[in-house]
Amino acid sequence: MMLTIDGLNAYYGKSHVLQGVSLTVDEGEIVCLLGRNGAGKTTTLKSIVGAVPTRTGRISFGDRRIETLRTYEIARLGVALVPEQRGIFGLLTVEENLAIAARTASQWNLAAIYRMFPRLEERRRNRGTALSGGEQQMLAIARALIGGPRLLLLDEPTEGLAPVIVEELMTIVGEVRRAGVSVLLVEQNLKFCEALADRHYILDQGSIVFTSDRAGFVSAHAERERYLAVAAY
Amino acid sequence: MSVNLLLTQIVNGLGIGMIYFMIAIGLSIIFGIMHFINIAHGAFYLVGAYLCYALVSATGNFWLALALAPLAVGVVAWLAEPGVRRLYDLPASLQILATLGLALVIQEAVILIFDPLGKNVAAPAGLRGAAFFGSFVYPKYRLFVIVFTAAVAAVLWFLLERTRYGAVLRAGTESMQTVELLGIDISRIFSLTFAVGAALTALSGVLAAPIRGVEPFMGVEALSIAFVIVVIGGIGSFTGALAGGLLIGVVQSVMTTFWAAGANIMIYVAMALIILVRPHGLLGRA
Ligand SMILES: Nc1ncnc2c1ncn2[C@@H]1O[C@H](COP(=O)(O)OP(=O)(O)O)[C@@H](O)[C@H]1O
Ligand SMILES: [Mg+2]
Repeated sequence: MMLTIDGLNAYYGKSHVLQGVSLTVDEGEIVCLLGRNGAGKTTTLKSIVGAVPTRTGRISFGDRRIETLRTYEIARLGVALVPEQRGIFGLLTVEENLAIAARTASQWNLAAIYRMFPRLEERRRNRGTALSGGEQQMLAIARALIGGPRLLLLDEPTEGLAPVIVEELMTIVGEVRRAGVSVLLVEQNLKFCEALADRHYILDQGSIVFTSDRAGFVSAHAERERYLAVAAY
Repeated sequence: MSVNLLLTQIVNGLGIGMIYFMIAIGLSIIFGIMHFINIAHGAFYLVGAYLCYALVSATGNFWLALALAPLAVGVVAWLAEPGVRRLYDLPASLQILATLGLALVIQEAVILIFDPLGKNVAAPAGLRGAAFFGSFVYPKYRLFVIVFTAAVAAVLWFLLERTRYGAVLRAGTESMQTVELLGIDISRIFSLTFAVGAALTALSGVLAAPIRGVEPFMGVEALSIAFVIVVIGGIGSFTGALAGGLLIGVVQSVMTTFWAAGANIMIYVAMALIILVRPHGLLGRA
């Protein structure tokens, strides 16, 4: 198992946001985590990399326990989070954004990244603030890949993007999987999830309420209606 | 007032402005990265200047002071940073109280070890007297300060704009959390940044000592000017601190000849005018 989360609780001050979340991601798998706004999806991803104030429970990456490690240590082990806000540094150029994340152990060097994202090469001397939403998302993913992850955590990557860009993103996530990187994908876009994911989890009010494989998710009409209706489009 | 006198005051202002820039850039980056308001920042300048005085008195060798004082202050700051780090998450009011206390302790220590009186520091032997450029005569030491600080600024610019460490620092002024997500150990960045900022400020103190002498209250004065420059230039901005430092240096220096009593007031007037027009500073961002 690449990632095993067992009985994860997370808190913001007194509010108990995640209540015993357990999930797994296997080698080379794309797993989708769905749920309404405020269900705790972002908090789950942030908990994995230790970027929430308080959390309890067990998190293993490969056969290593990581819940006691610092964020940068978890990142160095090969867990890359692409945050919901993308986290592009606006003052840095595209190339600088990539350079500060680059690690020699990565299977993608700068040239490989530019082959995968030709648009970023065209814009390499532009500052982050000059990029469109789609370009920022591509840069955020590229920046995660150049650090050599074995597990990629994507938080709503299609949010606010034009349909053609979403298509492009789909190709890229497929390519990432073929390169042997596992993906835990948080999404509101059901079509995107269905096209890519091997397994699905639905999170509601901080607990996992449904889990299924690819086929099971398509036929899970009642759960989709109940837990995703507001968010589905 | 003659053209030569005006020119002299402008060039004086540039030299002093470069010294101000080196004090302000450390304050600006430390604030930008750690969100830490360090009232004791002026103490690095004070200690740098007094180390210069002590070393020059003891050995007569200014160059030794120029090399050793920033190194010593930088190493102490680097060692102290893990302790100082406890303050980063505290409210600004507590940061101000704690570091104000520290600044006063250092200032009183200087008074105890030396005394409250100002002292002169001799310029190094080769840089005493004046250089002649036709009818323009200018003190060699001040000329040296301009050239030397320009070289330091160039190295600093290269470090900030052309190296990975610099890119990480600039990224850090936007979001340290995101920097950490990329696998970068931010505590090492904090220590190094604090040390470099402290060393640069101590270096300013060394350079200023032969120009203005040393006295125990020079740290407080430097701190307030550095704050003005950070406000004018924008937090975390190299070019902003440079432009702000030079502007304040020249305004202060030129005003001394027109209206000596108001020279320091004009610094704050300049700041007020600039933030009225550009609330985030000359080169700052929202
Ligand atoms: N920084 C925070 N401080 C306090 N509460 C938060 C914070 N971030 C999220 N929450 C709360 O935690 C819950 C889960 O949020 P989040 O994980 O962002 O949900 P999702 O990503 O599924 O929309 C929500 O009720 C949200 O209001
Ligand atoms: Mg979210």
